[in-house]
Amino acid sequence: MSVQTRRYRRTRTVARLVVLSAGAALLIVPFLYMVSTSFKPNSLVFEWPPKFIPHPATLANYVQAWGANDFARYFGNSVLVACASTLATTLLAALAAYAFARFRFPGRSLLFWVLMLGLMVPSVVILIPQYLVATWLHLNNSLSGLVVFYIGAGVALNTFLLRGFFASVATELDEAMEVDGAGPMRRFVALYLPLSRPALATSAVFSFLAAWDEYSWAVTSINDPAKYTLPIAIAQFQGQHATSWGLVFAASVIAMIPVLVVYALAQRHIVTGLQAGALKS
Amino acid sequence: MSTQVTAVPRREAAGEQPTHPPTPGTGRRRAAARRALTAYALLVPAFVVFVVVMLVPIAKAAQVSLYQWSPFPGGESTWVGAANYTRALHDDQFRLGVVNALVYMVITVPGQILLGLVVALLLESRLPARPLFRVLFYLPVVTSWVVVSLLFRYLFVTDGGLVNWVLVDGLHVVDHPVAWLDSRWSAIGAMSALGIWKGVGWAAIILLAGLTGVPAEHHEAAAVDGAGYLRRVWHVTLPALRGQLVFVTVLLVIGGFQVFIQSLLMTNGGPAGQTEMPLTYLYKQAFKYLDFGYGSALAMVMTVLVLVLSVGQTILANRRAA
Repeated sequence: MSVQTRRYRRTRTVARLVVLSAGAALLIVPFLYMVSTSFKPNSLVFEWPPKFIPHPATLANYVQAWGANDFARYFGNSVLVACASTLATTLLAALAAYAFARFRFPGRSLLFWVLMLGLMVPSVVILIPQYLVATWLHLNNSLSGLVVFYIGAGVALNTFLLRGFFASVATELDEAMEVDGAGPMRRFVALYLPLSRPALATSAVFSFLAAWDEYSWAVTSINDPAKYTLPIAIAQFQGQHATSWGLVFAASVIAMIPVLVVYALAQRHIVTGLQAGALKS
Repeated sequence: MSTQVTAVPRREAAGEQPTHPPTPGTGRRRAAARRALTAYALLVPAFVVFVVVMLVPIAKAAQVSLYQWSPFPGGESTWVGAANYTRALHDDQFRLGVVNALVYMVITVPGQILLGLVVALLLESRLPARPLFRVLFYLPVVTSWVVVSLLFRYLFVTDGGLVNWVLVDGLHVVDHPVAWLDSRWSAIGAMSALGIWKGVGWAAIILLAGLTGVPAEHHEAAAVDGAGYLRRVWHVTLPALRGQLVFVTVLLVIGGFQVFIQSLLMTNGGPAGQTEMPLTYLYKQAFKYLDFGYGSALAMVMTVLVLVLSVGQTILANRRAA
């Protein structure tokens, strides 16, 4: 029997691998084709039959994307905005999460639910009033304005995520430090932050990806080309050079590199963060 | 930092008990008040930004929706009461958009859940290269909507697009290239393909988290009873995945209704507004026609629809669980 079971298991594993590989191929082929097109001269982007290995291959799209069109500036803008909003969102969310996880105060659950309302409100739906509020506060058409709005949009989710993690820190440790005379901030810095490094990493990764990829608010709020972030720039590229797909995808590939780096480094944290979010609601 | 943490066990070694303020009256009350103040101070930075960026705009939308709003600072806005809302009720283009979004939702939500479930089940037990598969399936999720929308627009191009090449020369299922993005339903089909492609990995990861919580004994017990694989999935796995399935469904429905960048960048609503979505339509009302009042009214309608959908689903799911 055991031989049969083993053989049955092996067949099943092979079948699973085949199906999964087919699925993975379907997901990856569009990316491969995009990379391939980014190396094609413009005359070959609609070649029939399509080729995955461009012949002749050219770097012209990359040279043009990076050199002309101020692309380096857009890249810098995106780096600046994404890093600033990642730092600020994670910090503010951590402070708020600490309050919700470890303090009793009047209005605690009410405030928490108000914050959770922010997770339910559809983001594009409030673009119009956000635009009016931003005009009023002189936050439109500025990179720091973008940062403020990205913090506001992300703080609820990250507070939710970190609160769960802070609440799982053993209260005995907290009480012990308090007895030793450590104030709330000291405990936050010396106990909660170091113990929550995985959760903080998750929060940072999510904030970074959200800010890096954000398009709807950025294109609404920014109209000075010098302040474009990458998503606006890429969409504009396509609008201006309607058939220059090689150029558009060279720009896209460049824009994807930081995402891939972050993703490769923090893959584990992304999965943990998603699972924590799913299990707790 | 770590040196400070090591200070903790010292007290335990000394065997002390946590000491509370000995006098219960004013001392403790004052301590509680101080703790509450600390908590509020911790909340202030996050809430200031949150209120400005999220809550004030929601209130503002409600207000603006009742006006013929002047798009220019200092311009005069006129109160029109519910006029923007009655206009929304009779707006055929908006209704067409809502139908489009519903169709998109009806295709993409079950698509993502079913395929995500299959992937999760396949990835559930030990397998060579499992982490690699997880990375690959999640890749579209972390890629920006702008890039993938443009990518799919390119893949679905009529002459020379990869999809048409596969269908015409590869599989021979159609004779001529299909003009995917030039008519309503095929364009929405292309957008839905994008939606499913991008979201399957997300659904799979969440459901996979739920699967690891299903006790193996349940499966073994059912297997001993002679239940085949599919019956075990149906009777053991799916009930145990309830929580995750509800969570994924609610979020996907909300997300599906908010389809925006796909439509904006793949067809921009064309041809002749046929692939307009509710959000692209209200966006254009405000930022193309500068009708902020009407755009806001449509936004309020969408917010209510989304809230009703998500709360309704949650209640329904909970009732069925009871």
